[in-house]
Amino acid sequence: MCLAIPALLVELLANEQAIVNLGGIRKEVSIALVPGVVVGDYVIVHVGHAIGRIDPEEAERTLALFGELAEFEAQQAERAP
Amino acid sequence: MKYIDEFRDGDIARKIAERLAAEVQPDRNYSFMEFCGGHTHAISRYGIAELLPSNVRMVHGPGCPVCVLPIGRIDLAIQLALERHVIVCTYGDTMRVPASNGLSLIKAKARGGDIRMVYSAADALTIARQNPEREVVFFAIGFETTTPPTALAIRDAQRQGLKNFSVLSCHVLTPPAITHILESPEVRQYGTVPIDGFIGPAHVSIIIGSGPYEHFAEEYRKPVVIAGFEPLDVMQAVLMLVRQVNEGRSEVENEFTRAVDRDGNLSAQALVSEVFELRTSFEWRGLGEVPYSALKIRPAFAEFDAERRFSLAYRPVADNKACECGAILRGVKKPTDCQIFGTVCTPENPVGSCMVSSEGACAAHYSYGRFRDIAIVATTA
Repeated sequence: MCLAIPALLVELLANEQAIVNLGGIRKEVSIALVPGVVVGDYVIVHVGHAIGRIDPEEAERTLALFGELAEFEAQQAERAP
Repeated sequence: MKYIDEFRDGDIARKIAERLAAEVQPDRNYSFMEFCGGHTHAISRYGIAELLPSNVRMVHGPGCPVCVLPIGRIDLAIQLALERHVIVCTYGDTMRVPASNGLSLIKAKARGGDIRMVYSAADALTIARQNPEREVVFFAIGFETTTPPTALAIRDAQRQGLKNFSVLSCHVLTPPAITHILESPEVRQYGTVPIDGFIGPAHVSIIIGSGPYEHFAEEYRKPVVIAGFEPLDVMQAVLMLVRQVNEGRSEVENEFTRAVDRDGNLSAQALVSEVFELRTSFEWRGLGEVPYSALKIRPAFAEFDAERRFSLAYRPVADNKACECGAILRGVKKPTDCQIFGTVCTPENPVGSCMVSSEGACAAHYSYGRFRDIAIVATTA
């Protein structure tokens, strides 16, 4: 029910509407709940409304956190006889 | 798709699993509740349960709005459609939830009720504009994630001067439900449901922020880690919870920083509090009456409140006796503890609400987890 997906905002329309690209599918959503979004933002779409946006730097940081872990594991494996 | 695929990498998931196995203390048990159905679904669908060490147990929480919707509320929507001849619009998830007299919204539709599945609250508004001679009610369910779009529809209906649109609000709140679980005798007195920490909601937290959970960490000494709904998010959150338990910490940590901050979406919060106010009490399936756990429409928007407009009176209805949804929603029982699981009660023909939505604990286990319970027997000719 709380399902929501990140989608790329590609075009701003009138009346707080916008077009997003969802893996190649263009869809009109409301951006009334996320004032200030711009084309190029990744917004989180839930029941036809953008409810938040993705912070690309934080996403990178979280992925790097997983990545560091992978690196750590690789080091452990190297050290093992 | 970007921001989805990279959070589903199986190799990294196995590496986090190795890390977890190395860090859990073998002499203790860890029991964490994932509040959200979205997490329950991810745990079943991606086989996360298999990747966790044997002394880490996940307890499913009540964070599935379809699952906690009591029969009496669905009866009200059916009554509107069949007796008051209203066009009832609702999200697809609510269509098959069992109600009184063997009915559900979809069966009421088969009996001639004008019940329409919508993708968005805004679609219900469009239907109202297209049918000015008919009354249109949006049967609104959902947690904090889903409430702002409903609030927006009500505000827009007022701005547009719509005279035939109203909302039957069943919007519920996450923090009071967590408090209710922490205060329950199973957790506090008997210890039959051990909870060492919570995986906090993903998309609910986009709206409300991480701030509201600080109370649980401080007051109840339970760690909370807010996590996204992708499998790597869940794995990482479990690792963060294990670390908190090992170090004797109980803090609110945020794994889902790419979408959640401490304050949440302030515009959405302002809109919700403009349109809605707290109910003093609301009945949840499984949890019973939970104080201050749901929202009703403010008097300023009274004409858009279906309960006032149609003088609806709520009447509680007991669940099917054979159904264990109540105990499952409180974390006391598992889907497989229910006698009718997978036999009488299936996703095609659900008896209890937990078998309806894909994020319900029973539906998730039926779709993905039940094969785990079957021993593999190989015979050679």
